[in-house]
Amino acid sequence: MKKALIIKHNILMALMIVSATAGIQFHASAQNDKTILGAGSTFIYPLFSKLFSEYNQKTGVEVNYQSIGSGGGILQLTNKTVDFGASDGPLNGEQATKMGVPALHIPMASGAVVITYNLPGGGSNINLTPDIIADIYLGKIKQWNDPRIVGINKGVNMPAFPILVVHRAEASGTTNIFTNYLSKVSPEWMSKVGTASAVNWPVGLGGKGNESVAGLVKQTPGAVGYVELIYALQNKMDYAKVKNKKGKFILPSLASVTAAGNITLPADSKIFLTDTDAADGYPICGFTWALIYQEQNYGGRSLDRATKLLNLLWWNIHEGQQFTTPLNYAPLSKQALQVAERILKSATYSGKPILK
Amino acid sequence: MTSIAGTKREKNSSGQIRAEALFKRTLVLIGCAMVVLVLGILLTLVIESIPSLKSLGLKYLWGKTWDPVNNVYGAFPFLLGTLLTSFLALIISIPFSFAIAIYLGEYQPKGWLSNFLKNTVELIAAVPSVIYGFWGLIVLVPMVRTLEIKLGVLPYGIGIFTSALILTIMIIPYSASLGREMIRLVPSQLKEAAYSLGATRYEVIRSVVLPFTKSGLFAGILLSLGRALGETMAVTMVIGNTSLIPTSIFAPGNTMASVIANEFTEADHTVYLSALIELGLVLFLVTVVINMVGKRIIKRFTNE
Repeated sequence: MKKALIIKHNILMALMIVSATAGIQFHASAQNDKTILGAGSTFIYPLFSKLFSEYNQKTGVEVNYQSIGSGGGILQLTNKTVDFGASDGPLNGEQATKMGVPALHIPMASGAVVITYNLPGGGSNINLTPDIIADIYLGKIKQWNDPRIVGINKGVNMPAFPILVVHRAEASGTTNIFTNYLSKVSPEWMSKVGTASAVNWPVGLGGKGNESVAGLVKQTPGAVGYVELIYALQNKMDYAKVKNKKGKFILPSLASVTAAGNITLPADSKIFLTDTDAADGYPICGFTWALIYQEQNYGGRSLDRATKLLNLLWWNIHEGQQFTTPLNYAPLSKQALQVAERILKSATYSGKPILK
Repeated sequence: MTSIAGTKREKNSSGQIRAEALFKRTLVLIGCAMVVLVLGILLTLVIESIPSLKSLGLKYLWGKTWDPVNNVYGAFPFLLGTLLTSFLALIISIPFSFAIAIYLGEYQPKGWLSNFLKNTVELIAAVPSVIYGFWGLIVLVPMVRTLEIKLGVLPYGIGIFTSALILTIMIIPYSASLGREMIRLVPSQLKEAAYSLGATRYEVIRSVVLPFTKSGLFAGILLSLGRALGETMAVTMVIGNTSLIPTSIFAPGNTMASVIANEFTEADHTVYLSALIELGLVLFLVTVVINMVGKRIIKRFTNE
C-alpha cells in the first residue's frame, strides 16, 4: 500500500515538474519584464555571454540566451517563445513565410571560415585560389603536388600526398558560409552541390563540430578541412591565404574579416559577405545576425519590454563592440554599423518607432 | 478473546486485500503507460513523416542520394551503414562476451578476481558514449589507420570498421553479463552427472552448459544488438559521416541515428525535417523487426 502510494506520488510529482517547466519555457511574453530571452547561433554564444553579463552589470537587465543552433533560434522566434533569435545565415524563403510578418536582421559581429591543412613541411600559410578550393572539394584535384597548387606556391615543397577532404558532419552555419562561397566562385559547385547548412558532399569525411574536423586534419597527413577562424586562432592551426575578388592573397585575420564587411550593404543587411569586393577583405566570411520582429507589439508584449530589447541590441552594436576583438570575433565595419543602426530604428511598437 | 483476535485479523486481512488490489492496479497502470508511450512514439513518428512520405514515397527506402539542397532524400546509405556497423560489432563481440560469460560463470564464479572482472565489465557499460567517441577518435583511429596502411586500403582511419570496433566494446557487457547469469543457473546435478560419466570440463561446457543456456545467450546477443543499432554519439565521431554508399568495411559511411543527431537541429525545410523523422521511423521499425525475428529464433531453439 505504502509502496503504491509512493509510486503514485512520484508520478504526480514528475507530471507536475514536467508541466511546470513546460509552462515556464514556452511563454516569453508572460515572463517578468526584467529578463530578455534569446536563442540561436552557437558560433556567437561566447561573445553573447560576455556582452550580456556586462550589460546586466550596467543596467540590471538580464538576458537568457540559449545556444541551440541557428535553425533552432529561428524556430523559437517563429513560435514567439523568445524575444530575439540569432542566426549565421539570413532567413530562407520557407522560414520567412512561416514567420508571416517581417523580421529584422541586425548584424552583431562577423566571423570567417578558414581552410586548414596538414602538410608536413608545407609551411604555415600556403596560397589557395577559389577555383582550387572548389575543385578540391569537388574531388577534381586529388594530389597536393597538382601543378595548379604548385604553380601559386613557388618555393613551397608540395608533397605527393593524396588530399583527404574533411567537412562538417552536422548541419552548421560554418558550412552554410563555406558552401555559399563555393557556389559564388564555382558555377560547377553551384549546379552540383549548392548552398545550405548541410549538403550532399561529393567527396570527403565528416567530422562532428569544429573540434572533430580539426582533430581529423591534425591526425591525417594530407588532410584539408574548414573551421571557424576563432577556432583556428585559439588552437594555433595552419590556415591558407585565399585569393579574393580583387586578386590579392589575403590571410584571414580579424582585420581582414572586418574589412570584408566594409562594402556597400543592402538596406536590410541580408547578404552573405562571401567573395567580397573589398580589396583587403578575406573572402570567406559572414555576419551573425540578431533577428527580431519589426512590429514589436505582438502576443501581449509591453512597450517596456520591446524598448529594453531594442536598447540591448543598440548597446551590442556600439559599446558592446569593444568586447569582440579580445574574444577573436571581428567587429562590425563602419558601413555595417550604419546599416545596423538604420535597421534597429525601423523597429516599431504599434506602428511607432521605438528608438529615436 | 478469540473473537476479538478474529475481528482484528479480519480487519487486517481486509486492509491487506485492499492494499493488494491497489498495488496490482498500480502495476497494471504503469504497465499500460509504457504501452501507450511506445504507441504514442510510433504514432508521432508516422504523423511527422507524412510530408516526406508524400513527397518522396517508398523510393525513400532505396534512394541513394541525401541532398538537403534539392530536397531529395534516400535512406539507403544510412540503413546500410546502421546494419553493417551493428552486425559487424555483434560478430566481433560474440567470442569476447562468450569467453567472459563462461569464465565468470563456470571457471571463476566466486572470489576477488571474479568480482573485480565482473565489476570492470559492468563499468564498460556505464561509461558515457561520448567518451568512447573521443577515445576512439584519439586512440583507435590512428591504430586503424596504421592497419589500413599495412593492408593497402585508403588510410582514412575512421569509417565503418572503426565504428564497429567501438560498438563492440560498448555492447560486450550486455551479452557477457546476461550470459554469466544464465551459466550460473545451470543445475549442478546436470553438470555433476556429466562429470561422473567422465566428461572433461570443456566437454561439460560444450554439451551441457551451452545447450542449456543457449536461449539466454541469444537473448543477451539480441539485447546488445539493440544497443548497437541505436548508438549515436560514439559512432558519429568515428564513422566519417558521408552519405556516399560504403564500398568496403574500411570506407567511411553513416548511420541513421547519427544522421538524425547531426542534422536535426538545423533542418530548415518541412520535407527535410520530415525526412529525418522518417529516418527515425525506419530505425524504429528495423529494431522491432530484428527483435521479432530474434524472439522467433529463441522460441525455436527452446522448443527443440
